Amino acid sequence: MTATEARPEAEAPEREIGRERRRKEDQRLITGRTRWTDNIQLPGMLHLAMVRSPFAHARITSIDTTEAKQSPNVVDVVTGQDLAETQGVLINAWPITPDQKTPTHLPVAIDRVAFAGEIVAVVVARSAAEARDAAELVDVEYDELPAALDLKEAAADTVLAHPDLGSNKSAYWVFDSGEAGTGGNVDEAIAQARESGGIVLEREYRQQRLIPAFMEPRSTVVDPTGEQLTVWSATQIPHILRFALAATTGIPESKLRVIAPDVGGGFGGKLQTTPEEWITVALARRTGKPVKYTETRSESLIAAHHGRDQWQKLTLAADREGNVTGLKVELLADLGAYVSLVGGGVPVLGAFMFNAIYKFPAYHFAVQTVLTNKTWTDAYRGAGRPEATFAIERLMDELAAEVGVDPLEIRERNWIKHEEFPFTTVAGLEYDSGNYEAATERAKEMFGYDELRAEQRRRRESGDPVQLGIGVSTFTEMCGLAPSRVLGQLDYGAGGWEHASVRMLATGKVEVVTGASAHGQGHETAFSQIVADRLGVPFEDVEVLHGDTQVAPKGLDTYGSRSLVVGGEALVKASDKVVEKAKTVAAHLLEASADDLDFSGGRFTVRGTDQGVAIQEIATAVFAAHNLPDGMEPSLDSDATFDPVNFNYPHGTHLCAMEIDTETGALHMRKYVCVDDIGNVINPLIVSGQVHGGLVQGIAQALWEEAVYDESGTLVSGSFVDYLLPTSADTISFEVDHTTTPSLTNTLGTKGVGEAGTIASTPAVVNAVVDAVRHLGITDIRMPCTPERVWRAIQDAGSGTEATTGAAAPHFDASTGMEGTVDRTAGAQDGAQQ
Amino acid sequence: MVRINLTVDGARVADDVEPRMLLVHYLREKLGKTGTVVGCDTSNCGACTVHLDGTSVKSCNVLAVQADGGEVTTIEGLAQDGQLHPVQEAFRECHGLQCGYCTPGMIMQSVDLLKDNPNPSEEEIRLGLEGNLCRCTGYHNIVRAVQHAAGAGASQVPGQTEAVQA
Repeated sequence: MTATEARPEAEAPEREIGRERRRKEDQRLITGRTRWTDNIQLPGMLHLAMVRSPFAHARITSIDTTEAKQSPNVVDVVTGQDLAETQGVLINAWPITPDQKTPTHLPVAIDRVAFAGEIVAVVVARSAAEARDAAELVDVEYDELPAALDLKEAAADTVLAHPDLGSNKSAYWVFDSGEAGTGGNVDEAIAQARESGGIVLEREYRQQRLIPAFMEPRSTVVDPTGEQLTVWSATQIPHILRFALAATTGIPESKLRVIAPDVGGGFGGKLQTTPEEWITVALARRTGKPVKYTETRSESLIAAHHGRDQWQKLTLAADREGNVTGLKVELLADLGAYVSLVGGGVPVLGAFMFNAIYKFPAYHFAVQTVLTNKTWTDAYRGAGRPEATFAIERLMDELAAEVGVDPLEIRERNWIKHEEFPFTTVAGLEYDSGNYEAATERAKEMFGYDELRAEQRRRRESGDPVQLGIGVSTFTEMCGLAPSRVLGQLDYGAGGWEHASVRMLATGKVEVVTGASAHGQGHETAFSQIVADRLGVPFEDVEVLHGDTQVAPKGLDTYGSRSLVVGGEALVKASDKVVEKAKTVAAHLLEASADDLDFSGGRFTVRGTDQGVAIQEIATAVFAAHNLPDGMEPSLDSDATFDPVNFNYPHGTHLCAMEIDTETGALHMRKYVCVDDIGNVINPLIVSGQVHGGLVQGIAQALWEEAVYDESGTLVSGSFVDYLLPTSADTISFEVDHTTTPSLTNTLGTKGVGEAGTIASTPAVVNAVVDAVRHLGITDIRMPCTPERVWRAIQDAGSGTEATTGAAAPHFDASTGMEGTVDRTAGAQDGAQQ
Repeated sequence: MVRINLTVDGARVADDVEPRMLLVHYLREKLGKTGTVVGCDTSNCGACTVHLDGTSVKSCNVLAVQADGGEVTTIEGLAQDGQLHPVQEAFRECHGLQCGYCTPGMIMQSVDLLKDNPNPSEEEIRLGLEGNLCRCTGYHNIVRAVQHAAGAGASQVPGQTEAVQA
């Protein structure tokens, strides 16, 4: 191997970071060359069908499997009793208090079911269709028990979701700025505002229950042949799944290989360790055959975890000018029937964010997590932070109305000025960077804020039946989960680091291994861009490998907008180690001192000469290992594990214009502008996609989606007929831009973007809806803001009755005894339905 | 069991199937055409969209026996001689997909839409894709992709700053 003087063309790529690279992932996805878990077929594979409880809460008195077992091609039918200890148990990784009440969660229930959809028996057959046929023949006798359904009633322990626990109250978690020494006493601030003629706003907001509704239904395949048990699963978290399976089934971790192949979306919904996964493992071990389970969409909506579901009681104190002096937050959070993987940690992730971008002197947060007889809840895109952002951004609009100034004006009076960064908040977080003024200015300009306000005034004055509302959301969030020490202080069961390996192949190609497990985010493309820049190799020469614990043995997976800001930084560190090792070889080959070498564009050059060598040539030289420095290990391959020291704080200003037909309640989104500051951008194309998709999920919470239960605890929005996922015809095109203040917590200066759109958009939309009808005396409309709710609010505005009641979805099924658009949830009349 | 003969992605196939077997299950389980996927059980999501005799159908809403004698094109048969169909190319160019699960159906429906209306307005595209759900993209770039494929939006490159009025 000789050092060459000429520079091959491939060695001088332009800078990759910042380019709108088309995605590497797309070729296979647009041609159907995909590896979804359900695509996997193995010799002799058996299929599962689940028998699920139709009751929200019941004792299982008997299960007769005789007829099902005689059904064609049925191999076995098992109950929880049959599986007993072999099925393992599902874990909660985040007990938020030491005394948290955590009901035992078995994959297959044995004595009692705690929500409608819980698995009570499993059929194993030679085909999925035959398994499902036989599942219909399993005869289960239940003794129905009273069910705890309404969150507020459950919090009062009227009916117990788990009688053995003695209470539905799982954990009570508090952060108080006075006690933490990060701010004043909030009760004093509120008392002071009351005494001095200041402003005290008291509001109660509802975060309705949502369903993540990823497009690919969950699926698991387990192959017990071979030395390691191989588990393919449609999961966001192959590494956590492997750990949890090992910890609870007795299978040594080293005997488990977990693969997340192509995964069709997650949004937090696949950040779970599921009964279905545990059952598939148990049945593969029991039968000795490969086993597959793929859920139906209806099963997915009923049994995969739900999100949000909180009551938020908020008290905000301010002086007459609208300078906030204190904020008190009291939450009730519905866990559902079991404490899921993250569980009560979801509201805790919001605990540090209610103060948002503002300089509040005093802050108190308390959450009571509550067990009910409904589907379990866990992370859904944003996890805790959308709830916090909604509450504070709605409150800031209310405060602006109270003071009588523009909503942007009241925010500016309270927000952290750009010259005040880094800024330690009343919740104890240090915001490293940001510029709220710049993002807001740009958003106003794109939106035509002043013109739209003028149009709004004209419509008001002329009594136009179609009124215009303008909604503001100046959000921030904490993402990039997470500093391991902080997670430890919060009693989370794992760390928040991420791992990466960079391997230089003999031919000069590069294999990059990441512990972040993508499911639509475009890691293969964005990570290739980072490594291509760092090593100076062509983008096309970088192969990103992930999602298989035998390929990527270490990792903490993908959620919490962490992949780039934590996983990307690990890649940078591993790449830099490769360059350091290569430098030693370069110096040896060029017969120069390492101190005299420059590295640029993938090439080491001797300063002041035309001598140089490419990193690919060094890779080949190291592979041959014929001529290396004495004692050098013949490898450039490097690993890095990055543990962030701080979270990451993207922010932005979102502006939404809604038109409301005051005669019918019909809503029309006219314009949506967002200017997000997510630091430096690796791939603007991918970022815009994340923003668009995030926006629609947040808008959908504001306008359309709600998981609705009837009075017996049956999910009546349990199919895509009833759960209102937005379509292309419901949505509009967005106007997206960015301002940039690089993050100081990672070398790339990036901030997370995966959840930003969802976190920001919900309050922007609801603020716009309320703003359109505020002059009619309306101060709130509960989500989802359906035309019916808007119409009712307008009708009731003069009569002094509760503005928003009832479930979102109309009911036309006469057999229920309800008619037309009568609310179909218990307690709807008094506005306290689940 | 019923004997069916049909053409799938240009290849002639014959099989004995249960009368109740859905076309999508026939494609996936009997033929290994796993590019076509199942996303729901109520014919709402459109992930399983294929062409039957030149028209888009949700293959979960068609029995395999109904396709007897017919010609089926799936996402796997859309590219010709190694050349992507312009709609496939447009989805990549405009970042019209993220996780990719809805994409086969979305592309097949878009091809059908453009066949009927080669120059659709944004509203016509949005209405024409209403039967296909996507959870990742917010539809923004899917609409761009169809416009791009139609030539209407060919000069427009999606990116960081977009100023497209609804």
